[in-house]
Amino acid sequence: MFHGYLPMILDGLQVTLSVALVSLAVACVFGMMGASAKLSSSPVLRGIGWGYTTVIRALPDLLLMLIIFYGGQIMLNRLTQAQGWGYIDINAFVAGTITLGFVFGAYLTETFRGAILAIPRGQIEAGHAMGLTRGQVMRDITIPQMIRHAIPGFTNNWLVMLKATALVSIIGLDDMVHRASLASAATREPFTFYALIGLIYLAVTTVSIIALGALNRRVSRGIKAEAVR
Amino acid sequence: MINWTIVIDMLPAFWNGLLMTLFLLVTAAISGLVLSVPLAVARTAQSRWASWPVFGFTYVIRGTPLLVQLFIIYYGLPQFGLIRDSALWPMLRDPWFCAWLAFTLNTTAYTTEIFAGAIRTTPSGEIEAARAMGLTRAQVFRDVFWPGAWRRALPQYGNEIVQLMHATALASTITIVEILRVGRDVYTNYLVIPESFGMAAVFYLGLTLALTTLFRGLERHFLRHLDPRASATARPAAEKATAHA
Repeated sequence: MFHGYLPMILDGLQVTLSVALVSLAVACVFGMMGASAKLSSSPVLRGIGWGYTTVIRALPDLLLMLIIFYGGQIMLNRLTQAQGWGYIDINAFVAGTITLGFVFGAYLTETFRGAILAIPRGQIEAGHAMGLTRGQVMRDITIPQMIRHAIPGFTNNWLVMLKATALVSIIGLDDMVHRASLASAATREPFTFYALIGLIYLAVTTVSIIALGALNRRVSRGIKAEAVR
Repeated sequence: MINWTIVIDMLPAFWNGLLMTLFLLVTAAISGLVLSVPLAVARTAQSRWASWPVFGFTYVIRGTPLLVQLFIIYYGLPQFGLIRDSALWPMLRDPWFCAWLAFTLNTTAYTTEIFAGAIRTTPSGEIEAARAMGLTRAQVFRDVFWPGAWRRALPQYGNEIVQLMHATALASTITIVEILRVGRDVYTNYLVIPESFGMAAVFYLGLTLALTTLFRGLERHFLRHLDPRASATARPAAEKATAHA
């Protein structure tokens, strides 16, 4: 039915999932930095955080990806020329994951910011009063609780980002979409292969929804009982 | 640093790209709005025969990348002889029609879920009161149910329209010359970033700003009752303040 192209497509799924997971890790780092900046007492940091989330969310993902991919290549070329190094080609995987991470970091900034604000201020003050360092307060009080508040927004962002990984095929990454186009060209059956990868995306989405729903129930254990008390 | 000659030379091309982006946005937004109202009603219906097919539609569309949907329609459908022989074929050969179809399906799915959420949160007392007043089903829908649901959905609907505008950039992958395609063409010809993608970014930023301003205006109009400064109780204080001034 797939003229023997199924293993190649599934190989592409591995690329797609790697891009998605690495981008997610990058996005979490940018998201935490963005949320910290937006909640900081320094007006400069708040301004940077505001600019980051506003500009990124006002532009199409694909445009940002092309700017970072081509722009990054040009800047790297200038740098290597100035330093007298050889030509370094920007890896499409690196460009794709950094871009997706940077873009979705802006969306996660808002998720994380809301989740941190949902933690009662007194708990953080109490932590400081007990003599915990800022890092300890973050690790032992803020992060464990913000996870629960962040999961619904996090789930949404993950699902959107998973679908956005399809765009990396446009900057030349050999992901599932790119392989489907190769198989389509070779077999002249584009519908078969694009519908196949559509179903694979749908399956990954479904698994994600079920897994993150289970995680949400797990981290929310006992919350209702507490509210009743 | 910026080559203004290129910027000025390419301004008419970007302007035409802007018109194409707006055209894609407006046509898909209108057809999406028209389709999603009845679909949202079906989605929230008691009967599973009505709600499940709509849920299936929105789940499939929301669970797959728009780029893949666009490729299925534009590259995929011509695979079948049945479609190549059908009356739809002249339209499906047209990239613009395929883009419109993909964007409409996409925005319909998201908007249906937004409206369905707004419908579910309608206080049942509103409907019961309207029924008790003797309004017909159609009147209840038109005068009680929909105005409330529309107001609750408006902020999210505004976000969806901005997302749809950003999604139109994908039309560049099927040969449609909208803002992003113009940017990519300028980049290919001159290998410069600010004058190509930078210009495209300026246009998209302007469009985003215009849309958010439009929806802020709509929210101010439709959600006026939620604005504490505009509500009846706050008015005397405001008048007092102006009297003193």
